[in-house]
Amino acid sequence: MADHLEEVTVANKRSPVIEPGHTFASVTDKISSIVLTRPTSLGWFAGFGFTFLLTMMLLFALSYLFVKGVGIWGINIPIGWGFAIVNFVWWIGIGHAGTLISAILLLLRQSWRNSINRFAEAMTLFAVACAGIFPGVHTGRPWLDYWMFPYPNTMQYWPQFRSPLMWDVFAVSTYFTISLLFWFMGLIPDFGTLRDRAENKYARIIYGMLSMGWRGSARHWHRYESAYLLLAGLATPLVLSVHTVVSFDFAIAIVPGWHTTIFPPYFVAGAIYSGFAMVLMLAIPIRKIYGLEDFITDRHLQNSAKVMLATGWIVAYGYAIEAFMGWYGGNRYDATLLWNRLHGPYAFWYMSLLSCNILIPQFLWIRKLRNSPFWLFVLSSVILTGMWLERFVIIVVSLSRDFLNSSWGMYYPTKWDWMTFIGTIGMFLAAMFLFVRILPMISIFEMRTLLPEAEVKHQ
Amino acid sequence: MKTVPIYGMMAEFDSAKDLVVAARRTHGAGYKKIDAYSPFPVEDLADAIGFHKNGVPLVTLIGAIIGGLTGYLLQYWVAVVNYPVNIGGRPYHSWPAFIIITFELTVLFGGISAVFGMLALNGLPMPYHPVFNVERFAMASKDRFFLIIFSSDPKYDPAGTRQFLEGLTPRSVSEVPS
Repeated sequence: MADHLEEVTVANKRSPVIEPGHTFASVTDKISSIVLTRPTSLGWFAGFGFTFLLTMMLLFALSYLFVKGVGIWGINIPIGWGFAIVNFVWWIGIGHAGTLISAILLLLRQSWRNSINRFAEAMTLFAVACAGIFPGVHTGRPWLDYWMFPYPNTMQYWPQFRSPLMWDVFAVSTYFTISLLFWFMGLIPDFGTLRDRAENKYARIIYGMLSMGWRGSARHWHRYESAYLLLAGLATPLVLSVHTVVSFDFAIAIVPGWHTTIFPPYFVAGAIYSGFAMVLMLAIPIRKIYGLEDFITDRHLQNSAKVMLATGWIVAYGYAIEAFMGWYGGNRYDATLLWNRLHGPYAFWYMSLLSCNILIPQFLWIRKLRNSPFWLFVLSSVILTGMWLERFVIIVVSLSRDFLNSSWGMYYPTKWDWMTFIGTIGMFLAAMFLFVRILPMISIFEMRTLLPEAEVKHQ
Repeated sequence: MKTVPIYGMMAEFDSAKDLVVAARRTHGAGYKKIDAYSPFPVEDLADAIGFHKNGVPLVTLIGAIIGGLTGYLLQYWVAVVNYPVNIGGRPYHSWPAFIIITFELTVLFGGISAVFGMLALNGLPMPYHPVFNVERFAMASKDRFFLIIFSSDPKYDPAGTRQFLEGLTPRSVSEVPS
């Protein structure tokens, strides 16, 4: 069996998806021991403690917001969509890589995804949870947010379904629900494994309840696999639709810089671009700390780097078309916007965006850097910054100078904006810390299917 | 002492391949009420125990259709019948604007039906099941493969069935109390 893997490796001249020499038992023990028997390290407590404090800072910033109102932020007319919407779009984009890995790569039979799909899905959930906070509190009166959902009410009113903001409500809430279901469903057989391995009585009871009595019956697996594939088939158009709908929030409006038909594909590509950067930023330290190099091999890092390179070029194409249409389209407002981006008060940020998203990621062409976890980590952080700047440029620069000179203005984020933004990063990481501690961060049963013994040849 | 009713007879195997072969032979020998357990989905195993039909796709389809209809009809009823608002002179029934929410609800209802349909058809959650009475069955979630012949099978008799299962060269055979 080890020979078989080595042959494949030599033939492909690439790192294997799973290091040779593993068995069903070793895969099971290695992944479940992280949750069940490995002592919780001081580093974990320090990391969780710090990110928990950042989460508290988020709650503080939000509490003050509820008391005072959105006036504590830097938003004002003409720039009514500041950090809140920038962060919303950024976070929800990050989530997209998780669904791409779990659903689209499943349908494409890219079995290398089996070792990274679980934590990529967790990343999706936590990122969408962070994203969801922003439009919710941006409404100004978040305690009335339920008005966005259609339900019969004594005010005799209904939401306006022709508005892209309503589409967003449905797209994001569907996305969160489906991502949660997908993630939970993948966990059910692994909960069964943890239930059978746990020494601690309470752990056994809790994992037992979560596993719902899963016993691995052939009938159950048969239905399970159908449901898993169907869910992947449903999640695939869904994930493409979510960022498309987010881009409609802009594209349906008439503001120069927003009103363009290239937004949907360019937003989706950007989402996957930033999402893979986040996957790498999480995978590289996690595999190092928990010694999971056998399962998350260099092959995974290389593949993710290639996805980033490809989607990065789609994003670059989007920028090029935006600039080209500004020049070629003959619309003076679009031309002014282009000039503004290049020479206006935010020119530095536009240039930083181009460097972070187009120029610097070209280092990924170099095989040596693609093979180095350190440099991949650095490049991923550059891309994440770049994608945040992209949303900043789209939202703030476009709003800062629209059709009338009299309504031009500047945007200055306040400390509350920063506290909320950094707080969501803390919340995201705190949730990740909890996740790696209490749930199997790699799908155990899907890893078993990668082993050569899992194959049943026809007699 | 009361005698515990017997749920079935269980054999343990080392590999997925052995299990599929054993399951085929058992099904071929005329045992119809059987089941097999594995730590991961094994190709052909459902086929080997004679389980072909699977209701999940149909449940998902029905859920998705109901979701799509709900999405469209809700918007139609609100925008045309109950709460018509003139937005820039657009028709009340401005169907292109309704497509997105229709699509989202199709996916939402379809996905929920797939997961909960799968769980319901599998009879989960099920807090107690007799197979867990066999101590070695804990390995079914790790690296062992099990085949069971239920006592409700018309061909089941304690001695004969045990002998049959032992003929499949399993690692162990045990009776499952219910």
